[in-house]
Amino acid sequence: MGDSVFFYAFAALAILGALGTVLFRSAVHCSLALMTSLLGVAGLYLMQGAEFLFAVQIVLYIGGIMVLFLFVIMLVNLDQAAKLKQFNGQTPLAVLAILGTGAAFYAFLAKGVATLPAPASATVMTGGNTENVADLLFTSYLLPFEVASVLLLVAVVGSVLMAGKGGTR
Amino acid sequence: MVNLIWLIPLIPLGGAAVLLLLGRMLPKSLIKVVAPGTIFAAFLLSLGAVMESGGKPHEVVLYEWLPKVDWGFLLDPLSSVMILIITGIGFLIHVYATGYMDHEGGYYRFFGYLNLFVFFMLILVLANNYVLLFAGWEGVGLASYLLIGFYFNKKSAGDAAKKAFLFNRVGDAGFILGMFCVAALTHGSLAFRDLHGLTAGPLLTAAAALLFLGATGKSAQLPLFVWLPDAMEGPTPVSALIHAATMVTAGVYMVARSSAIYSLAPEVSAAISCIGATTAIMAATIAMVQTDIKRVLAYSTVSQLGFMFMAAGVGAYWVAVFHLMTHAFFKALLFLGAGSVIHGLHGEQDMLKMGGLRSEMPITFWTMAIAALAIAGVPGMAGFFSKDEILFYAYLNFKSVFAVGLITAALTAFYMWRLMFLTFFGEKRTLVHAHESPLVMTAPLIVLALGCGGCSYYAAQLERWLEPVLHSNHSPDIGLKHVLMAASVFAAFTGILLARYFHASTGPLGPLTKLAQHKWYLDDIYDFVFVRGLGMRGGEYLGSFDRRILDGGINGAGLVTRFVSRASIWADTWIVDGLVRIAGFSAMFASLPARIVQTGFVQSYALVIVAAIAAALGLFWVK
Amino acid sequence: MITINHYLAVSATLLLIGTLGVLTRRNIVVILMSIELILNAVNVNLIAFSKYHNQVTGQVFAIFVIAVAVAEAAVGLGVLIALFRNKGSVQADEVDLLKW
Repeated sequence: MGDSVFFYAFAALAILGALGTVLFRSAVHCSLALMTSLLGVAGLYLMQGAEFLFAVQIVLYIGGIMVLFLFVIMLVNLDQAAKLKQFNGQTPLAVLAILGTGAAFYAFLAKGVATLPAPASATVMTGGNTENVADLLFTSYLLPFEVASVLLLVAVVGSVLMAGKGGTR
Repeated sequence: MVNLIWLIPLIPLGGAAVLLLLGRMLPKSLIKVVAPGTIFAAFLLSLGAVMESGGKPHEVVLYEWLPKVDWGFLLDPLSSVMILIITGIGFLIHVYATGYMDHEGGYYRFFGYLNLFVFFMLILVLANNYVLLFAGWEGVGLASYLLIGFYFNKKSAGDAAKKAFLFNRVGDAGFILGMFCVAALTHGSLAFRDLHGLTAGPLLTAAAALLFLGATGKSAQLPLFVWLPDAMEGPTPVSALIHAATMVTAGVYMVARSSAIYSLAPEVSAAISCIGATTAIMAATIAMVQTDIKRVLAYSTVSQLGFMFMAAGVGAYWVAVFHLMTHAFFKALLFLGAGSVIHGLHGEQDMLKMGGLRSEMPITFWTMAIAALAIAGVPGMAGFFSKDEILFYAYLNFKSVFAVGLITAALTAFYMWRLMFLTFFGEKRTLVHAHESPLVMTAPLIVLALGCGGCSYYAAQLERWLEPVLHSNHSPDIGLKHVLMAASVFAAFTGILLARYFHASTGPLGPLTKLAQHKWYLDDIYDFVFVRGLGMRGGEYLGSFDRRILDGGINGAGLVTRFVSRASIWADTWIVDGLVRIAGFSAMFASLPARIVQTGFVQSYALVIVAAIAAALGLFWVK
Repeated sequence: MITINHYLAVSATLLLIGTLGVLTRRNIVVILMSIELILNAVNVNLIAFSKYHNQVTGQVFAIFVIAVAVAEAAVGLGVLIALFRNKGSVQADEVDLLKW
């Protein structure tokens, strides 16, 4: 029962936050709403036994990426933008497409649950979650891990190049 | 030593290179040694080579320059005489110039150019073919241009330099065409040794005439002589070396060198002596009314060059060279003397402001007097023999030229002694205190004066010496010769006496005075025909021709074109353009659906993706 | 009872909301945030199946997704700053040089 309460609370937090992100006028409000949403998602991680990802979500997403967003918002001075129209001309069409896609999603969800294989037994895993993730990450997924680090390096270099003086060219 | 003749021109070139490249850094005292020193070395080498060769032609080929044209030097009796004149008199003038130019700026530049000139002049006379001769010919033109314009901050000097250059170009064009003709005759050889054995013909006549056109430019003959008097804007040693003793005689040298051609073209030879005679008397009359001391000498040079061509034209080439040699002595001496006078009077050139300088400049006076006697043709002096020979051969071959020559001889004596009387006799008409020139300037005068007196006695030897190259038609008629000699002596003394009494007269020629004062209007004719005629008046006529006839035709053509184009425009607008527009519009309509998809707006592309996903999912759902 | 279906529904909802933001908002900063939402939806999905199959691989993939999201955010924001410097605006529909 407690599970349900927490799930609905976190899910509501995530979805309302997401709605706020999309609908708010001011970019600062949007980012605060996004934080809320991420917090809800983090709760969902915790409930699924992914403690490590929970920590990563809090520290990296909310602590790192969102601060980056706020910095940028501060840098580009969005006061002007907040007074403009916030939605573009294709909004009705987009809403229509989203509704169509959503309908299909939920239909498939409703239909598809029955076709899922049976869930695995819950007690196979030994050791902590972080330990298991680390084991897998540094053995089977070592190469993708290194590639990801190269990707991050490239992203850093690229963003510095573009946001730096070279960007004015 | 005879194998080293290629070194003769190279020594002055080395001097020129050192002076022009490093001269700014060298002390004046060193330049005073280097510049005459190189010429003296060249003189010694020439002397040694000539003595060793003993009159036998000797060729030194350095390498093949162009096909069949060598970079080769030829030492034969004719070029022996020339190199000795050039280096010998050149050396004396260099020595003189070290004193004359002492107070002038650009010392190193002056001597660098002067050495450069000697280099090119030696190339000219030592060349064994026309092409190399032409290289030297152009080179002396360049050096002459540089030296006439030596006082480059004076506009008249710059103009004179340009004038000299341009008039020489006219002659050079003739020279080049003449070379082509010669090349056609000798199958491309152009070497002097291949000139013998040619046969007369129209091509040979053309070659002779065209080469002589080159000579009229370089040696200041009609119709191209007007540049030489203006060339007196250069420093006086330059006038002495280039515009009296050496460069202007290049034309005479070239004609003598081409004697094999000219002896086969009698019409051209006759024309040459006529032109020479006309130039001689014309220039002599102009010289009679000039008041600028250097201009008198310049016209005198033109006149004497006319004498040389007179001789060359009647086939007496060795006499032409003989007169060239004596003229080099006395005219160089006269110019240097005039320079000494100008130097003593601090730059005064107007003879009407001189007078009475006899006592103040004794050395200059006596040496110049010797030269003036020589050019007048007084017995015992250099000019007497050479002029006499010219008149003798002219009498034998061309009587009317002889008559003109005799009159010119009298006129020569007159203008030269007019110069002497105005400059050195009578009352002093200037307040400037004149002073005798320093030893470096008077010593060359004395040496040249000795030459004027001495060299004349070697006429017979010179004739024999030149015999292998310039076949002389020796005439044994001694009696006739003596009669003519008496006539020319009489003419000379008449001229001097007339000068004694009429030297102050402003119109010694009577009705002809005005003509002579305006240089026979030659400059005005050139100005009228070429400068103003082609430039302005001719432009007007051409303009009206252009407007009336050419433009009329063009306008008519334009009207027709306009009519045709009207029709063409109609067809273009309604038929051609119509088709093009139909094609364009149809493409535009056809592309409309494809076009509106391309909004360039990222979010609409994303919308298409999402809509496609929805559609795909919907398709699954329906199934 | 909370089944995997609930998680998948939440995930689909987040995805739809994020897509809606990407498609309709004019402010590029907000568009970037919406992309973060989409990536989070993916993560929720991965975590749900990780739990369902009792394997950690899903979580490892989620970590990679987060790494990609970080890279995307860094580059995206760099582009944004360059764009702002050159055009003085962060409106997505004003950047349409690719149009016909």
